[in-house]
Amino acid sequence: MTTLEIELKALMLASLDGNAASYRSLLDQLSRRLRAYYKTKFAALGRGTSEAEDLVQEAVLAIHIKRHTYDPGEPLTPWVHAIARYKLIDFLRRNRASLADVPIDEADEVMADDDHTGAESTYDIRRLMERLPEGMQCSIQAVKLDGLSVAEAARRCGLSESGVKVNVHRGLKALSALIARETRT
Amino acid sequence: MKTDELVALLSTNLEPVDRNSVVRTLYVAIAAGSIVAFGVAVVGLGFRADLMTARALMFLAIKLAFAIGIVGLALLYLSRLARPGGERKISSALLVAVPFLIIMVLAAISLGSAPRSHWESMIVGDEWLECLLSIPIIAIVPFAVSIWAVRKGAPTNLSRAGAFAGLIAGGVSAMAYALHCTDDSLPFIAVWYGGTIVLCTLAGALLGPRLLRW
Repeated sequence: MTTLEIELKALMLASLDGNAASYRSLLDQLSRRLRAYYKTKFAALGRGTSEAEDLVQEAVLAIHIKRHTYDPGEPLTPWVHAIARYKLIDFLRRNRASLADVPIDEADEVMADDDHTGAESTYDIRRLMERLPEGMQCSIQAVKLDGLSVAEAARRCGLSESGVKVNVHRGLKALSALIARETRT
Repeated sequence: MKTDELVALLSTNLEPVDRNSVVRTLYVAIAAGSIVAFGVAVVGLGFRADLMTARALMFLAIKLAFAIGIVGLALLYLSRLARPGGERKISSALLVAVPFLIIMVLAAISLGSAPRSHWESMIVGDEWLECLLSIPIIAIVPFAVSIWAVRKGAPTNLSRAGAFAGLIAGGVSAMAYALHCTDDSLPFIAVWYGGTIVLCTLAGALLGPRLLRW
């Protein structure tokens, strides 16, 4: 087991307990690895690297929404790799690219390189948020962008505390679906 | 939007996560689907009239053991397939074929020890058409709830996850249908129970990629 796997898994376990700093560090590191991975794949497929950044964000969002599916008894790398690869195939299918060209890769490959030169993605999350129902918009804005506590967000949005949590969760899922539609070229 | 901003957004006010939700959701869904399946079978078809006789109970036990074996094994696999990369950990999904193989061997022995003139009635039975239709129909609700539960996870091999959802639904449905079915012969169970459960599995494999995308 590599030191990277051990380090990232420790961050993941802390994240599942609700440790925001660990989670931020985890997503930051994973997004760098995903960027290098997708850039390599897109280069091999003859596609531009600007699309890679869209996919990095889609995968990061998917990791967030599906983080409850990580089994703490298992290593983290294969879990991340399965999501990264699934999102790559899904992206190519949406864009009617030839799936036959998707290179077979090993779980290690997704963690192999680090690329921190992030680019802007082609979509704008704030603009996409305008398409969500008001409760979701207000909840995500308050909790995730303005950093208010759930109780404060509940007061601002006129929802119960559990309503805010549900709205954040559903809102991020809806955003992820909007992004998937947006990145169809 | 920059990826850094997205990371900041996602990690702000992070909520702890329930680590057992995948397996629990699946088990609750299968339990609920089973209750509905038994309800449909009992209300729609009714118990077999001779249910309390020794012979009927013995064959009910055989049918239940066959179906429970399938459901139990398939549930183990599906709880892995509901997680990303879970298909990697299934080196041999052939284990679910074991109940099918056992019933087929028993059926062959039973046929071998019977005169050839009995074979047709042992295989075809009285209610083969009812069995062929009932098991897939009763399987609809268990299949729907299994798919719903797997969607709460994140399967990365959709046709395989769909196939196992279909297999479980077929198995649960066969358990429920056994309460009504009066065809008591091992070849009948092997062909019509086994065959319809395989049909449910194939249907699940075909529907999986459509229903399970996330």
